[in-house]
Amino acid sequence: MITAEQKPLNEIIDYISPYDRILLVGCNECVTVCAAGGRKEVGLLASAINLHCLQQGRTIEIKEITLERQCDPEYVEELVSEIDRADAILSMACGCGVQSIAERYKEMPVFPAVNTKFMGASISQGIWAERCQGCGDCLLGITGGICPVARCSKHLLNGPCGGTSNGMCEIAPDVDCAWCLIWERLKALGMEKRYEEIMEAKDFRPAGGGGPRKIVREDLSL
Amino acid sequence: MENFEPEIVAFCCHYCAYTAADMAGSKRISYPANVKIIRVPCTGKVDAIHIMKAFEKGADGVYVAGCLEGDCHFKNGNTRARYRVEHVQKILEDLGWEKERLAMINMSAGMGERFARTALEFTEKIKDLGPSPIKITNTDKHHKTIS
Repeated sequence: MITAEQKPLNEIIDYISPYDRILLVGCNECVTVCAAGGRKEVGLLASAINLHCLQQGRTIEIKEITLERQCDPEYVEELVSEIDRADAILSMACGCGVQSIAERYKEMPVFPAVNTKFMGASISQGIWAERCQGCGDCLLGITGGICPVARCSKHLLNGPCGGTSNGMCEIAPDVDCAWCLIWERLKALGMEKRYEEIMEAKDFRPAGGGGPRKIVREDLSL
Repeated sequence: MENFEPEIVAFCCHYCAYTAADMAGSKRISYPANVKIIRVPCTGKVDAIHIMKAFEKGADGVYVAGCLEGDCHFKNGNTRARYRVEHVQKILEDLGWEKERLAMINMSAGMGERFARTALEFTEKIKDLGPSPIKITNTDKHHKTIS
């Protein structure tokens, strides 16, 4: 999923300070799962903004809405009935959601309330870690299901480097050495031979090096 | 502000703090009437939004009173409550409020005296901190309107 974290409250308040009627829009997908911009977080942020405004002696009208998905035009359309009653939109979705709203409602200022972080997996309750960088050419089939692009600090394809120490990366004592994990996994699977195959330099154009990416499925388009 | 009588909301677990309040009553131990008790089945049921709404509606202080650490009737509800209290304390600090306006307190069902003492101490603490920043603003506005 796409992970995110709420922006500092003062940054959010600065964005919306010129406006009196705010449409605060959450998203029921990734940001709900990582507890950054779901219905619950929308309620908490609205309450915090309200407290701030009450303290300033001003009134603010905050309409809370959580869409099924902010990155799909069908759901973004649901804001049509509310848009006239707002001066600005504050979105708690990832960057994709914020941009979908900005594109649909061109006359309306849209501000992000979260910082979009990375594509990650849940490690345990409340902990998420990066697992994929969307390189566009998945290597997991030859690295034992552990991604060196996302999990090696240097994105090495033929690791490890000299910075590995007792299975950990030199950048921090709590960061696993991805290549150590890959070796252990290949060994457990009896696939050590794979480790000896030298990987050629990776083409990073599908990873974004070739400009903004797009998927076109003609069989699905209307 | 003279004669300030704070409004305090206490979310009390049915299995400990609420029973402790009952115990205080049975023992005729008085505690400040400023504390308004809300009984919850477990402090793990108290969400961050409940605490925020209490402040929004004008509470000067809020505390969540749950079972002793390790003694939660539902295993770890009081631990969850403590994390949530810390989360809301962080929001209050971001807003420029004193985080001491919110507290997590632990006690057992038999601690009637502790319940009364806690209510008294927390009320005194909030009296020292003064009214909620919302009320200060409203009072200022009121004074300006009159003058």
